[in-house]
Amino acid sequence: MLASEAGTLAFPILTAIVLVPIVGALIVALMPKSRPELPKMVALLSSAATGAMTIWLMSSFETGDSGFQFVSKHEWIEPWGISWHLGVDGISLFLVVLTGVLFPLVIAGIDPHHDERPYLAWLLMLQAGVMGSFLSLDLFVFFIFFEIVLVPMYFLIGGWGYENRVYAATKFFLYTMLGSAFMLVGIVATVAIAADDLGKTTFDLVEIAEGASFAASTGRWLFFAFAIAFAVKVPIFPLHTWLPDAHTQAPTAGSVVLAGVMLKLGTYGFLRFGLYLFPEASFWSRPLWLTLAVIGIIYGAIAATMQMDLKRLVAYSSVAHMGFIVLGIFAFTTQSMSGSTIQMINHGVSTGALFLLVGMIYERRKTRKISELNGIQKVAPIFAAGFMIVMLSSIGVPGLNGFVGEFLILTGSFLTARWWTVVAAAGVILAALYLLWAYQRVFHGEPDEENKKFRELSLKEGMVLLPFIGVIVFMGVYPKPVLDRIEPTIDVLITHVEAHTDYVEPEPTIQIGVVIDHGEEGDHGEEGEDNDTEHEGDEDDGDDGHEGEGD
Amino acid sequence: MLAQVDTFVGPEVGWFALSPMLTLLGGALSLMLIGALTPQWPKGMYATYSAVVAAAAGGLAMFQWDDITDSEPTTLVGGAIAFDTLSMFLTITICAALLLVSLLTSDFISGTPNDGPEIYSLYMAAAIGAIVMASANDLIVLFLGLETLSLALYVLAASNRRSGESAEAGIKYFVLGGFASAFFLYGIALIYGATGTTNISEMVAVLHSSVDVFHADSLALAGIALLLVGLGFKVAAAPFHVWAPDVYQGSPTPVTAFMASVGKAAAFAAMLRVLVIALPFYRDDWRPIIWVLALLSLLVGSFLAIVQNNVKRMLAYSSISHAGFILVGVEAAAHRAGEANPGSGLPAVVMYLLLYSVLVIGSFAVVAIVQRDSGGDASLDAFKGLATRRPMLAIGMTVFLLAQAGVPFTSGFIAKFGVIQAAADEHSYAIAIIAMVVAVVAAFVYLKIMVSMWFADPADDAPRIVVPFFAGLTVFAAAIFTLLVGVFPGWLIDAADTVTAYAR
Repeated sequence: MLASEAGTLAFPILTAIVLVPIVGALIVALMPKSRPELPKMVALLSSAATGAMTIWLMSSFETGDSGFQFVSKHEWIEPWGISWHLGVDGISLFLVVLTGVLFPLVIAGIDPHHDERPYLAWLLMLQAGVMGSFLSLDLFVFFIFFEIVLVPMYFLIGGWGYENRVYAATKFFLYTMLGSAFMLVGIVATVAIAADDLGKTTFDLVEIAEGASFAASTGRWLFFAFAIAFAVKVPIFPLHTWLPDAHTQAPTAGSVVLAGVMLKLGTYGFLRFGLYLFPEASFWSRPLWLTLAVIGIIYGAIAATMQMDLKRLVAYSSVAHMGFIVLGIFAFTTQSMSGSTIQMINHGVSTGALFLLVGMIYERRKTRKISELNGIQKVAPIFAAGFMIVMLSSIGVPGLNGFVGEFLILTGSFLTARWWTVVAAAGVILAALYLLWAYQRVFHGEPDEENKKFRELSLKEGMVLLPFIGVIVFMGVYPKPVLDRIEPTIDVLITHVEAHTDYVEPEPTIQIGVVIDHGEEGDHGEEGEDNDTEHEGDEDDGDDGHEGEGD
Repeated sequence: MLAQVDTFVGPEVGWFALSPMLTLLGGALSLMLIGALTPQWPKGMYATYSAVVAAAAGGLAMFQWDDITDSEPTTLVGGAIAFDTLSMFLTITICAALLLVSLLTSDFISGTPNDGPEIYSLYMAAAIGAIVMASANDLIVLFLGLETLSLALYVLAASNRRSGESAEAGIKYFVLGGFASAFFLYGIALIYGATGTTNISEMVAVLHSSVDVFHADSLALAGIALLLVGLGFKVAAAPFHVWAPDVYQGSPTPVTAFMASVGKAAAFAAMLRVLVIALPFYRDDWRPIIWVLALLSLLVGSFLAIVQNNVKRMLAYSSISHAGFILVGVEAAAHRAGEANPGSGLPAVVMYLLLYSVLVIGSFAVVAIVQRDSGGDASLDAFKGLATRRPMLAIGMTVFLLAQAGVPFTSGFIAKFGVIQAAADEHSYAIAIIAMVVAVVAAFVYLKIMVSMWFADPADDAPRIVVPFFAGLTVFAAAIFTLLVGVFPGWLIDAADTVTAYAR
């Protein structure tokens, strides 16, 4: 995870990715009211430009390089040792791409109904904030972005949400801020303690993680200060109570963004900051997180089964899905952590799409109550088909993206957290139960008078939905390009944990093509077991980095 | 006695070094004199005069800054006044606050019988007192500054001659403030009894050299206790805060802004001078008290603010909570008080004071504008739907409220971050965590105001709010400063870091 010089560019692409939406937001906010069509165009343009930059980022990302790429680093607040330090690696790359692609779709596809200008401005601010959180490699910069995303989301929920929006917005704001309160003290204390080792005050993530060592008990306290903030954001049971309210009351765009990328700030935070800064403490506390993750999986699934509101059902399913991701992270195997990373994307895509579809249902029927919906398949077959694909992906049916992530998480976790995994696997069955049951009630049967008027998917809606379904199928059939880019970073992270604890990653028992290669070669330190010859060159790079770190 | 007069040599005064104070003094006296001899000036002229004087004083203080950083910090007037960046930083803070408040005031008293030169003269007199407190190197001088400031504030609190509430605020503040001053003075007397001097430099030397402190120790500790009561009252720290909500609510809103900025800055400056600089010898005795004061202020300020309905009163309680935050910084400064490297507590405190002063003036300016057209009503209802009635005003208020809540990219975050960092440097984790958690409670208060402005529909008979030019300018300047410092705080941190080299 050392910052690689190779990826440094003359053009600060990452800074541009953060700044373009902000500029767009300012332009939108200052637009004259006399030209109502302009704000949307500008908003779409700037968010799409950001999205295009992230796509370019993905295509020029050096596969097999485990370090940070496209690094840009500038002094910012010198007296406090804070620098504007951005970089992207295998963990953050696809989250950045997801953020880049999701926002233009949301802006294009969802109509706020009133006060379009501030709505668009807040959405763009949100995009910038989320981008900043995923890209920053400086604790201070990360914190300010992590915290600033609350403000646009607060206004989106409070201004454009449903009947109980002010309550939900306030709860969301305070809950998340409470978590960050601990993290701020944690960050400041980490920096103060690391300053003794490093001989200077710096907030640089890489410098602290590689250069400072914390006494076991100190590290644990600090880790928990960070972990509370991330656990609220994920959310991990029992800190999840803000989520159903926020999701249900948020406008569709808010829900899509919240589920799509904002929840990932928590799991991403665990991977990037929790495990990297405090490997000993995170490994030590893994029984706690595994247990809470499994409780979340089962609890989320059961609670989802009981919901009468379709949107609340999807919200609770998020609790369950995020539980899987946490399980994978704290199982500490290449497979499980790669699975978690890829599942972050999968969940973002499929749950984002589910919220989009539920939003469309609400647009047409002005209700989200399952009991008032029936027989929609008869009147809107294409809509139902779209819903079904997304739902099956969320359940984790093979051939679609959800399966890839959940399978990797479960096989990987089985090695190190056997009984937790056994219970978690039951959650997959429960997911099938609540989603299929809901689908059955809403789409099957004979439509009544109200539902006979249900409008079929329009072309515009279809265009917005299509990219989601495309990704769902592509990732389900051919996840290799994604895994190739994620795994080297995960390997190095595990090596980092191994170096700071007496943990040794067990050898995987199941060989799943490319997934295994890096890990196995790294453990044996030998060449030649390559099942996959296409990416040989790339893999060698990855292995070199791996062995170097291991020594 | 008379023979001695011939041999008396006056102390070196250093007139130029005192120029910020002298400018304000000249401004205050000349305004009184000219104002009394001339007919009513045109609208806004008194305020402009006061603002120009404040800007001149602040500018002179910036000149002094380079003199101090180029050479060593010294004392002036026979060791009575400290000439260091600590006093200059606070002088600039006070002058900036005076400038903003002067601009704000003009729109609210012009056209009323209260209009006249007096209120601006009082502002300037209070500012002199505040600057004296911030630069005092002698407890008696500090007390003189304190009384100059307090007496001016008593009158200012009661300056709305047509309002019963204002008179009530004035008398309340006067009676309770008189008590506090008495405590403070008695504390000085006991410290004098213990050390034989009121001069801070000498006091430090005496306490440092005398090993035999047993007989004087109890005297000094009792003195410190009394000083803490007086200071606690002036900074409005719980449990000495009870006057603040009533006085803040009853005083004319621009005066409230002045009290919350200049009054608070001066009182904390006095606290730094008396405790951190003069009595580091007893730091282990007074530090736990500061800890408790910080805790109580945070809790009382935040939790009682929640149940308020009046925005002015909410801001009054929130200012108590902010006092708690600043006390966290004082507590951090206490750990290494008197040492060659005094740590990051002092810079964090003075920076908080500057940033909070601007924030609070901006907040009260918006309250004043809303109040002006709502018949003096500052309740949450008066703010309903402000976002649709006056979007720019609502945006300004939102910036101030988010900054007070400590949201990033605002000056309030930098202020809080500095204090928390200072506390963490000294391993005061408990109070740092409490402060941050309580900040979440306080955030609820600010969200309540924001909900009223953004998410509530305006009442049908909601009055049209006119934003007067000067008041609007105040809000605009404060908001720009808040955001600018939030993004580029480096220069300010550098400046604040120099205050650790104080004169002693």
